[in-house]
Amino acid sequence: MLVRYRGGEGMLAWAFHRISGVAIWLFVVLHVVDIFLVGVAPDVYDSLLFIYATPPGIVAEWLLGAAVLYHALNGLRIIILDFWPRLTRFHRQLWYLNWVLFAIVGIPVTWVIFGQFARSMGWWPK
Amino acid sequence: MSGRYGRSGRVKPQGDRFETAVWYGMRLSGIALFVLVLTHYLILHVLYDPSEQTAAWIAEVRWSSTFWRVFDWSMLTLVLFHAFMGMRVVIGDLAGGRPAAVLRYGLYGLALFLFLIGTYVVVTLPNVVPAG
Repeated sequence: MLVRYRGGEGMLAWAFHRISGVAIWLFVVLHVVDIFLVGVAPDVYDSLLFIYATPPGIVAEWLLGAAVLYHALNGLRIIILDFWPRLTRFHRQLWYLNWVLFAIVGIPVTWVIFGQFARSMGWWPK
Repeated sequence: MSGRYGRSGRVKPQGDRFETAVWYGMRLSGIALFVLVLTHYLILHVLYDPSEQTAAWIAEVRWSSTFWRVFDWSMLTLVLFHAFMGMRVVIGDLAGGRPAAVLRYGLYGLALFLFLIGTYVVVTLPNVVPAG
């Protein structure tokens, strides 16, 4: 639906910004609560840490990183266009630049996080 | 809250001082969070493996310096503002009238609660292994 609708890049940029934003909001709510547990129930916190060493946990961690990176880069694009409206004629190009930067940062980070995954599966030595 | 969007983000509100302040607040907190959150993720998810970050490690290593406590508390404050004001926009786009007002108050209550428990733990956590 998102691809066939004729909103173009601007609408996709908006949709991804909103989806990643809501996902990050959800993570922030959980994350403040889990860090609160470090203070009031450290053993409960420690007993939950294994999640970050399971495949679904690592995939979620990787998706969180992707959401944060997209939201950060596209947010910067929004700020640039809001404060320098004359650049709006290049909004498409700026969005493609976002994806170039996303790949440049994201690929090495994916390698590292996949390393955590491989170690948790026993494919790589700890 | 009318859902007006330009080629970039929300069109800057005209006339309403509170809405204009929130509009600027979202952009300024966004710039700060660009640095704070990406640094946070880089350190805690890329340089270190989160599955090894026990409560004792946070108490003794991660929060051993006031700098990182201030860093994390600043991030907490800005992220709660940014995330909850963002969710306020989402609610405004999806609902209106009384349901939207109820959801917004629920949202503000949750934000205040998270700010209080987050501030509590970052201020009071001792630099020694917690009992347990």
